Amino acid sequence: MDNAKIDRIIDRHAGDASSLIQVLLEIQHENDWLPKEVLEKVSKKLNVPLSRVQHVATFYKSFRVVPEGLHEIHVCNGTGCHVRGAPRLLDKVQDITGVKAGETNSDLKVSLEVVNCLGCCSSGPVMVVDGKYHSKVSPVKAEDVLKNL
Amino acid sequence: MSEIILTIDNKQVKAEAGMTVLEAARKAGIYIPTLCYFEKLKPYTACRICMVEIEARGRVSLDTACSRPVAPNLVVRTRSERIDKIRKMLLELMLAHAPESVPLQELAREYGADADRFEKEPSFCILCGLCVRYCDEVAKKNAVTFVDRGTRREIMFIPEIALKECWDCKECFALCPTIALQEAYLLTKALASASFSLEPEPEQ
Amino acid sequence: MPRISSPAELEERRQNILSKRDNSKPCIAVCGGTGCHALGNRSIIDAFKAEIKKRTLQAKVNIRETGCPGFCEAGPIVVIYPEEICYVQVTPEDASDIISETVVGKKVIDRLVYTDPKTGEKAIHESEIPFYKGQMRLTIGDNGKLDPKSIEDYLAVGGYSALVKVLQTMTPEQVVAEIKKSNLRGRSGAGFPASIKWDAVRVAVGDTKYVICNCHEGDPGAFADRRMMEANPHNILEGMIIGAYAMGANEGYIFVGDEFPLTVENTAIAIKQAEEYGLLGKNILGSGLDLNIKINIDAGGYVCGEMSALMAAIEGRVGEPTVRYDHATERGLWNKPTCVNNLQTWASVPLIVNKGADWYAGIGTASSKGTRVFSLVGTVNNSGLVEVPMGMTLRQVIFDIGGGIREDNNFKAVLVGGPLGAFLPESLLDLPVDFDEISKAGGSLGPSLVVIDEKTCMVDMVKYFLTFLSNESCGKCTPCRDGIRQMLKIVNRINDGGGKEGDIELLEAISEVQRVAALCPLGQTASNPARSAIKHFRDELEVHIKEKRCPSGVCKILATASH
Repeated sequence: MDNAKIDRIIDRHAGDASSLIQVLLEIQHENDWLPKEVLEKVSKKLNVPLSRVQHVATFYKSFRVVPEGLHEIHVCNGTGCHVRGAPRLLDKVQDITGVKAGETNSDLKVSLEVVNCLGCCSSGPVMVVDGKYHSKVSPVKAEDVLKNL
Repeated sequence: MSEIILTIDNKQVKAEAGMTVLEAARKAGIYIPTLCYFEKLKPYTACRICMVEIEARGRVSLDTACSRPVAPNLVVRTRSERIDKIRKMLLELMLAHAPESVPLQELAREYGADADRFEKEPSFCILCGLCVRYCDEVAKKNAVTFVDRGTRREIMFIPEIALKECWDCKECFALCPTIALQEAYLLTKALASASFSLEPEPEQ
Repeated sequence: MPRISSPAELEERRQNILSKRDNSKPCIAVCGGTGCHALGNRSIIDAFKAEIKKRTLQAKVNIRETGCPGFCEAGPIVVIYPEEICYVQVTPEDASDIISETVVGKKVIDRLVYTDPKTGEKAIHESEIPFYKGQMRLTIGDNGKLDPKSIEDYLAVGGYSALVKVLQTMTPEQVVAEIKKSNLRGRSGAGFPASIKWDAVRVAVGDTKYVICNCHEGDPGAFADRRMMEANPHNILEGMIIGAYAMGANEGYIFVGDEFPLTVENTAIAIKQAEEYGLLGKNILGSGLDLNIKINIDAGGYVCGEMSALMAAIEGRVGEPTVRYDHATERGLWNKPTCVNNLQTWASVPLIVNKGADWYAGIGTASSKGTRVFSLVGTVNNSGLVEVPMGMTLRQVIFDIGGGIREDNNFKAVLVGGPLGAFLPESLLDLPVDFDEISKAGGSLGPSLVVIDEKTCMVDMVKYFLTFLSNESCGKCTPCRDGIRQMLKIVNRINDGGGKEGDIELLEAISEVQRVAALCPLGQTASNPARSAIKHFRDELEVHIKEKRCPSGVCKILATASH
């Protein structure tokens, strides 16, 4: 965690309670997740009760209050992908990685998330691995994509 | 203050501008059930049990009495077949979480709600938010909060604040319609004292 | 570069840009949209660049990364100008041939043009492809012609001319009157007349007023709004500036999801460019109008599409709807007069100003004017971004533009309105794209059409949307939160083979109460997919319950049990 960077983000918005969500987003883009100390610091500097910071950090889907694994797998289960086979893909990915949707394995190697819609429904089912998009992923193709993790 | 006359259950009721339908009804001795309402807090409109029929400008609509401002010539009905049906189901949905709650059981008797209509999920909490809002708006300690959303929404004490503030306060406990709040508090305390008393194990 | 200080000066700048452009110079336009991004457009652009460099054609050939032209199914799409030859499903390996044969040799490469799978006919130009033929691409037609990151490209296609017209020739009242005459209805789905909001904010008293663009679009399967924003952001800014002029607003927000990085990036670039050009900021084009527009990023919550939740989110709070007895147009964001319009509403404004309200009102049906942009997705052959005139039937959209159902399967239903919409069966396919007609059928004219085929199970679909809503409801009010919870439990047991007699009736009973008792539109309409499934596909649900069988073979336990 780069404390100096996080402090700079918070300081830029000091005292501005209305920027809470934008500040948390910026921090997460920097740090991948929101540790408790960071939430406490944000609460103090932005002058928002910690209870409200906690609610915001758990209410919105983008925020993570537990660390992510080294590799991030996002399987899209938007309606377009769902009807083009996302559930079968998800089963396969869970099988291969041994990680359940929404979870990170115990050695923090792989996190698996189901996302709502990445907006590329024509290429479905879509899977994003460490930021790289993979389109029309059949269960067989998934094996290939994930074999090097 | 300007006086407003409205009709609640066929009775002419005097109210002041700025009052809600619920306040006007209570002042006139007319009972409307509530669960998430408390007079010292802002209207929250979450439990929906205080829904009433409101006729204004020839149109009938449903609204929560705890939030609806009074207006001249409003016609309010606090009971009807439609309202009773809504309240009955709301109670059944809540009883799936807190079957032992006394206020819920009393209302259930009045509205013929079947505590077993829905599959149980005893979280004890009906998420009325009285504790969260009281701690925020009145006690101003912010020791308890909602977390998450949707069907995973729950209440949670912030341990560091709760340990400092709650023991001498506990004002919100009396507001809780179930036993969820005390359970959550005891759990928070137990967990916190456990983690404080245990020394970190020396690294091997 | 100095800020432009008058409409006349902007026109000069436009002429200057046009005079430097040589339309006969070859240009390779590669789709840079999110859809083609997923298909690897980056490596195609790199391949073209390498090939151009290898042949030292840098001075002779332009390459442009454009907004989404819409035909995502056939992506990545590459169009070669000036001949406008359209190549589909291009790979990096094709780059060399395209440059040598088409760009230099002026020959069409047969294997890369679109072939109609039904007739075998080849289509060299976009306009000849059936997917494009039936469309009326009034607000997305420029997407493929411009680089969304270039304000010069937008000016070159006539961008900001509506703003010039407004500032030079119209009073704020006249702008509102024009919008009223056009009958523009809000594109969020409900179709509230835009001019009523505009006029209310215009006459509202306040030294600060807000214009907000709702580009939130949290529906799974809907990407129309964010794709339009990403593809042509200046068009939206122009609409908002015109609106701000009409309403006397001086602050603006574009509310867009964190999950759409390219949309956020292109919007941020466009705002910065518009500020540099004097189209945003103080004294816009010397008119005396001040307007700042900021991006506000939604951190992920479908419920934030609801107006009071959206404003709560911009104010930095959790997106929980609240009951309101005054209009946002009087007391909205931070209690100031606020006009929240959907992105597609803003996108239509420059068009209406340029072509006139009468022209616009001539398109569509009696009560729904203009066009509607959809993301057409699901098990349809030609999925993508489509724009059709109001009044076109769903059948035309799905079968003529969409090319029918994939793998020659049979059509089963189309979901109109996303997670809060309705599944409409074959018998309703002749319904027109029209706010009121779709609403009467139980749906809402949201930005997506999800087509499903006979291999899709309705129980699975209902379960899918209830699961989605159980995660996406804010969880504040009982009928929404616990109504959805219990409905999902019921549907789960039907799905697992444990369905009981009376389950359908119980779903209906919950729905009846939820519709009238929930706090916000999300809760009030959360049961729409389930209701429409019960209404039109009741038999299928009953087979699951009574015969413990899934006719489509989708529900896992039932599928194995029936074998």
